[in-house]
Amino acid sequence: MLAEIGHLALILALCLAAVQAVVPLWGAAVNDARLMAVARPAAAAQFGFLLISFVALALCFVNNDFTVAYVAQNSNTALPVWYRISAVWGGHEGSLLLWVLMIAGWGLAVALASRTLPLEMLARVLGVMGLISLGFLAFTQFTSNPFERLLPFYPVNGRDLNPLLQDVGLIFHPPMLYMGYVGFSVAFAFVVAALLSGRLDSAWARWSRPWTTAAWCFLTLGISLGSFWAYYELGWGGWWFWDPVENASFMPWLAGTALMHSLAATEKRGVFRAWTVLLAISAFSLSILGTFLVRSGVLTSVHAFASDPERGLFILALLAVVTGSALLLLLFRAHTIRSTGRFELASRETFLLWNNLLLVGACAVVFVGTLFPLAVDILGFGKLSVGPPYFNTLFAPLTIILLAFLGVGPLLRWKRHDLKGLLRTLAPLAVLAMVAGFVLPYWFTGSVPLLVGLSVALSLWVGFTALYDIADKLRNKRNKLRGLAGLSRSYWGMTLGHLGLAVMVVGVAVTSYYSVERDVRMALNEPLDVGPYQFELLRLRDYQGPNYTSTQGIIRVSNPAEGFETLVRPAKRMYTVQQMPMTEVALMPSLIQEIYVAMGEPLDDGSWAVRVHYKPFVRWLWLGSLIMALGGFIAIMDPRYRTERVRRVVDARAGDADVAGA
Amino acid sequence: MSPGLKLSLLLGAPVVGFFVLLGFLAAGLGRDPSLLPSALLDRPLPGFQEPGLLDIDPVTPADLTGQVSLLNVWATWCPPCREEMPYLVALAESGVTIHGLAYKDDAGAVRQWLDHYGNPFRTLMNDADGSLGLDLGVYGAPETFLLDAEGVIRYRHVGIIDPRVWEEDFLPRIRALEEEPS
Repeated sequence: MLAEIGHLALILALCLAAVQAVVPLWGAAVNDARLMAVARPAAAAQFGFLLISFVALALCFVNNDFTVAYVAQNSNTALPVWYRISAVWGGHEGSLLLWVLMIAGWGLAVALASRTLPLEMLARVLGVMGLISLGFLAFTQFTSNPFERLLPFYPVNGRDLNPLLQDVGLIFHPPMLYMGYVGFSVAFAFVVAALLSGRLDSAWARWSRPWTTAAWCFLTLGISLGSFWAYYELGWGGWWFWDPVENASFMPWLAGTALMHSLAATEKRGVFRAWTVLLAISAFSLSILGTFLVRSGVLTSVHAFASDPERGLFILALLAVVTGSALLLLLFRAHTIRSTGRFELASRETFLLWNNLLLVGACAVVFVGTLFPLAVDILGFGKLSVGPPYFNTLFAPLTIILLAFLGVGPLLRWKRHDLKGLLRTLAPLAVLAMVAGFVLPYWFTGSVPLLVGLSVALSLWVGFTALYDIADKLRNKRNKLRGLAGLSRSYWGMTLGHLGLAVMVVGVAVTSYYSVERDVRMALNEPLDVGPYQFELLRLRDYQGPNYTSTQGIIRVSNPAEGFETLVRPAKRMYTVQQMPMTEVALMPSLIQEIYVAMGEPLDDGSWAVRVHYKPFVRWLWLGSLIMALGGFIAIMDPRYRTERVRRVVDARAGDADVAGA
Repeated sequence: MSPGLKLSLLLGAPVVGFFVLLGFLAAGLGRDPSLLPSALLDRPLPGFQEPGLLDIDPVTPADLTGQVSLLNVWATWCPPCREEMPYLVALAESGVTIHGLAYKDDAGAVRQWLDHYGNPFRTLMNDADGSLGLDLGVYGAPETFLLDAEGVIRYRHVGIIDPRVWEEDFLPRIRALEEEPS
């Protein structure tokens, strides 16, 4: 019964999405306020029905209703109840339901938070979001219905959730990621609405900014959660594999980051308009492309969903309609787009342009690396693989140049700045950063590869210049504390975002070059030295989990020199239903020297192969991305996004540096 | 030329690019990325001379002949290879001849890896720049080619070999090869 209610709610949501798509857009075209007013309630009702549908599916999981095919494929009575709930998005059909629920959720958020938006604009934005929602709901309903029954012959028990997904990180990772993917649909809808109305003004850019930043924050959190999960759950000690599915989430992130920055220039100075439009279309299109790559089976990947060409064709058709029509609309309107602002070479605009070129370049690198094997295959040149060497070689220089510019860009004024004077002021900081960047790693480790030195130096450069800028802003304030509190939230958001990137780069550089990985044979009560640490396997313990059996090693880690000693408990689990072994890693979390212990395989003589990693600074990676996301959220809180004032004309004299690109 | 027209022409590029991309993706849809290009199936290995990792002498196709064997393409940077390696060791211990190709890898890392997992390989080639992988049409690691006694490629498997893959995909083909009149 629950499944039928859920299915019915899904169909009703589909109908409401059609209403939300057609009526307000038609109303905006013929300028009928009553028709346009349908947008808000339709968006709310669509979300309501999808929520019912989602809850119904979740209850089917909680109740172990194995007559529902999707439940039978992804759950089991022995599965703990919180994993039964997260199993709702553990497979293709359910994760798609989450996708559409989130599109509707963003639609509802727009409907609720848009009191300052003119009705015509709101109608168009929600109408476009309705169209997108309609496409994905049709996809769910016609190719991927999660409520399909297995009647009359249904299994007594389910096939269980993939053990890789039975983890706290995986409860939160997909929802965060989808929030980001889907969130870019709002920026996309704003662009299409603005193109439809023919008014690509600064008001449009200002409305888009908080939504774009919000989506970007969720995507940042989603990607870093996924990376953290891969690190501690897969047991390989890696945190990024340049896997096609990872790349699929990284491309919209890069495009979205570029979009946030070009939106700032478009809003403040009226420049880069066509470019910003193109980026907004790209960010969401890359999200859909990612969905296509993951769910169609054109690429082999460690964690692709089961491949299905028919589904692939449907998503491809959606991509063609969504992106194709937006691009054609842009082409059609191109003659109306004028960039109004003028700026000189030494200006914030120029540096934002650099930022965009570098980010889009990075996105192109990932795009080519991900799709090149496919293209080569189709063109009949055989099959080939690019792999991590390609990505790492190209990403290192791009990141380093980006950081070099990042140290200067935020300090510049719009339109024109005395760059020479600024660089003269900053020169001592640059020298200090350069020296410290090479000396500090050398001091602690005795060696410093060029890339590590450069990365640390440029990260310090970004940090120093950010501090300098804050100090500079407080120079004429009598009360420094009040001056600090007086800086706008946008400014704090931007600064945190940039510092977060610097922290992350330090983490990547240090952990990539100084990590030590040792595979050792560990017998009971035979101490082993790895680096400055001593490891001793004290005993092995077998125990029974809810749906797995486990062998746990109890290992004493000590460092006699520092008088430090602790126990870690890595384990090897065998999930009984799917007969799949899993590694439960033991971590000694530390910002500086992280120790990572994973059980390998039992060896003949009763000893175990154990993987011991020493991972300095690896936490900085995720800490950095958390800081970035935090910066984004603070920037959204800036009250200026909530004022009633709508500026139609960019004030060409606006030149103060209190503005920030989130 | 008016600025509007110029912009239209500029914007034409992404539009065209997008539709070309769509065409490619549509063409990619029906394909199974794990299928071997027909050009290599039932053909002898391409000629090569690769530095060996177990022995000083370079490895040539002649070293891979004499009996039915597997050619496993792997790398230490490839997470699934970790999963596969213990099973390859077990297969080698049960008498299967396995040749290895370390793909775009670092010789030191490979040796450390073999110290840890044991060495399942009769010969091991070092394809540091991936050129032989390119000739073989390697898509990613791990991949395994089934070679007959003459060194002709008879089957290709993309992804790891586990007991199920071995039973269903490899064993029947190996039996058929062994029954073939030579």
